[in-house]
Amino acid sequence: MALLDVEKLVVEFPGRRGTLRALDEISFSIEPGEVLGVVGESGAGKSLTGAAIIGLLEPPGRIAGGQILLEGKRIDRLTADQMRPIRGKRIGAIFQDPLTTLDPLVSVGKQLVETMQTHLPLSDSEARKRAVGWLEQVGIPAASERVNAFPHQFSGGMRQRVVIALALCAEPKLVIADEPTTALDVSIQAQIIALLRNLTQQHGTSVMLVTHDMGVIAETADRVAVMYAGRIAEIGPVRDVVLHPSHPYTEGLMGSIPQLEHRVERLRQIDGSMPRLTSIPRGCAFNPRCTRVIDRCTLDRPDLMQHGATSAACWNMFS
Amino acid sequence: MSATTRVGRFLDSDFVYQYCRSPVAVISSIVVLVVAVASVFAPWLAPHDPFNLASLDLMDSLKPPSFVAGGDPSFPLGTDDQGRDVLSGIMYGTRISLLVAVLAIAFSLVVGISVGLLSGYAGGAIDATLMRITDVQLTFPSILIALLVDGVVRAALPRNMQEQLELYVIIFAIGISQWPQFARTVRGSTMVERGRDYVMAARVIGLGSGRILLTHILPNVLGPVLVIATLNLGLAILSEAALSFLGVGLPPTQPSLGTLIRIGNNFLFSGEWWITIFPGVTLAAMVLSINLLGDWLRDALNPRLR
Amino acid sequence: MSSVLQAIEVSRHFDVSRPVLQRLLAGEKKRTLRAVDEVSFDIPRATTLSLVGESGCGKSTIARLAVGLYTPSSGEIRFEGHPLSSARAQPGLRRKMNMIFQDPYASLNPRWRVRDIVAEPIRAFGILSGQKAIADRVGELLSQVGLSPADGEKFPHEFSGGQRQRISIARALSSEPEFLVCDEPTSALDVSVQAQILNLMRDLQVKFGLTYLFISHNLAVVRHMSDRLGVMYLGRIVEQGPGEEIFRTPRHPYTRLLLDAIPDVAMVGRTRTPVSGEVPSPIAPPPGCTFHPRCPLANDRCRAEKPTQTKAGDVMVACHAVEEGRA
Repeated sequence: MALLDVEKLVVEFPGRRGTLRALDEISFSIEPGEVLGVVGESGAGKSLTGAAIIGLLEPPGRIAGGQILLEGKRIDRLTADQMRPIRGKRIGAIFQDPLTTLDPLVSVGKQLVETMQTHLPLSDSEARKRAVGWLEQVGIPAASERVNAFPHQFSGGMRQRVVIALALCAEPKLVIADEPTTALDVSIQAQIIALLRNLTQQHGTSVMLVTHDMGVIAETADRVAVMYAGRIAEIGPVRDVVLHPSHPYTEGLMGSIPQLEHRVERLRQIDGSMPRLTSIPRGCAFNPRCTRVIDRCTLDRPDLMQHGATSAACWNMFS
Repeated sequence: MSATTRVGRFLDSDFVYQYCRSPVAVISSIVVLVVAVASVFAPWLAPHDPFNLASLDLMDSLKPPSFVAGGDPSFPLGTDDQGRDVLSGIMYGTRISLLVAVLAIAFSLVVGISVGLLSGYAGGAIDATLMRITDVQLTFPSILIALLVDGVVRAALPRNMQEQLELYVIIFAIGISQWPQFARTVRGSTMVERGRDYVMAARVIGLGSGRILLTHILPNVLGPVLVIATLNLGLAILSEAALSFLGVGLPPTQPSLGTLIRIGNNFLFSGEWWITIFPGVTLAAMVLSINLLGDWLRDALNPRLR
Repeated sequence: MSSVLQAIEVSRHFDVSRPVLQRLLAGEKKRTLRAVDEVSFDIPRATTLSLVGESGCGKSTIARLAVGLYTPSSGEIRFEGHPLSSARAQPGLRRKMNMIFQDPYASLNPRWRVRDIVAEPIRAFGILSGQKAIADRVGELLSQVGLSPADGEKFPHEFSGGQRQRISIARALSSEPEFLVCDEPTSALDVSVQAQILNLMRDLQVKFGLTYLFISHNLAVVRHMSDRLGVMYLGRIVEQGPGEEIFRTPRHPYTRLLLDAIPDVAMVGRTRTPVSGEVPSPIAPPPGCTFHPRCPLANDRCRAEKPTQTKAGDVMVACHAVEEGRA
């Protein structure tokens, strides 16, 4: 049984000019112990997906259709009170900015202890010992002293390590990481990504890694879902999606990334830009920018169709 | 979007939409509008001219409001001890109150915005000096400042000019008491805008500080300041009323609401309550409406909406 | 003059001491932030020099020094042979340089219409006069960057990040400059939009013979854009030379670290070797070679003595290990 099952999820934002569909029937699943990358550009809806799963959609946004199943049980219709024990205990979260994730007025040790005691039956001393243990696991030097330090006393990379510890300390089955390394320097990014991958492998935690950085996905994820305009364009094992994309958008995306290995005269560019939520074209959302567009693309919206090792939502895939 | 003209776009905007859905905003703006129109057009709208001594008749004095026994329909809210119509007095009085308040706030805005822009952009010693002056003035209640300035300027003027210039003295005094708040707000906004890339882009092509302040920074800092100005308008009206009530404001020949309240105060306990109550209610309603409108405006223009 | 911009041993310090009273009471010394430390480079006409490094390396400070927004604490900057300060005092020379900023949301005045934003340098330098002439020129510029002349009527908030960056480029071009400082122009943009903007900048460079100083933290982008490359660490240039040469044969340990830290998008199986440690605070840099705490090749000399620039092939490297032949 999959750990997380998202089926035809719809997220809408009712507003005075009508209702905006930010997520339009997305479906995917995450197996236990798997890292699923969710990649897309700004406005594609990847952060919203994470927020919807963990129950942190900002009103007036709301889940308007489909379902989310965690270990077979529905979690999309729960009230805030019912959601709270799940959040943290079974689903952990890592957000982009460690400064705003951590409470600046409380020591990191106390934050870890509080989180653990909320979800696990631990005594004070037991929780404290574990807090120090977690800090060691995430690579904070002199953990037994640093456990009393405050967030501002850590550097950016160290803070994000604390956030990872905080997300994992209640031993969740799934961690949603939303752009965990975007705010960090490139040399630190490598460290944090490696840490996240190692720890989650060790504890058997699944990860939903949301990012716009294809490079991070290529190194860390087992499978990847490429999102475009609130829909999934392609999903499959990472190697296949990156090296042999079926969907023209994925192919364009990969081509536009400047690569270290060789220099090109001109980067592949996809003309135009992602449509705004208010003006998504009929049929396939990508059709105005697609080099392989056929008539059907402007009329019918394609569903995800298996094509070799990946599934893509396209009427005219690469063979 | 269908609207293409500027007016059309404005009417279609979120701002107007929120306004129409807020009972507080609509009611308070109606009250303010009614009061403002009635007072500005008082010479044409008021049933009587209470300051034309020739038209007063002592036989009309101390008449109660028309809806009470003994009232006279031609004096809807009654008359005072000199036979002056209370309603007309309120309309003319509000006119003066609003005039003083608006001019005082305008003066205050000019001084406050200038100081704020200069302080926020220049930084360093200039900023420190100006802010210390602001801090010192802010430790005193504004009414006290107004009283002080009023007294000093009066004493400094030759006797014969005092009466003519009283209006301007009051405007100056109230204006001086309010500028620090504007300066503070504008300074804060200026410091934020100063670091933005578009200001740097202007500096790269060599534009001078003055031009950058006026054309780039000023339009971006006006928003919060205008909201505070609306709220301070109510405060200015009250300040003027307080000064007039205390007897150091405008003379009885140009009575404002405060003066009317003071005059009427003497009659409150002898039974002629209407002479002070109606001006008081008008003052309260007007200031309350301006404050509510200002509060709503501040929330409606909050950047979180963007 | 074949060299458009020259920096000669440029340093820039900032006084970051605490306010005087607190400092005296606590008995602290003055604290200085050495944002840029004895940096030298040379940009030949119609080429691109890229400066790459992580946070705190001083590249943004250099961007501002290059356009005269800051003055150097020591050293000299020359623009087409003239000292920068006197070049900036003459409108004829000042208009030859301009800048493109990183944040597309803060680099355009939200209260101005796009046509006024783009026209501002034209008006400031008196290049054209008359409403019609200026409007035509603005329309032309907007077309050159891939927008439509009708976009001039709109306000910045009506555009996406990539489009705003195009407006920034149009504004920078309107003074007909020869030299552009580009401070991380695509860092805030999505990858596909970035590709469009980088292609546009390359096209404009070829068309107008522009010289670029390109600042970035992304080595892959830099590889695509630059002729010459400077790698910066804590205010110093640690390796400098022809871009291809440095990418092919990185010599300085920090350059190697940076290259290793880049994710393997092409999935050629290149494993990243995460190096420990983070960039130290520029206020209290380590003594000697500032990279030594993180350097696998550090020895006692590295811990005590600052390295000078050594020539290795076409490249200048500041590293004792390279100098000693250990790297």
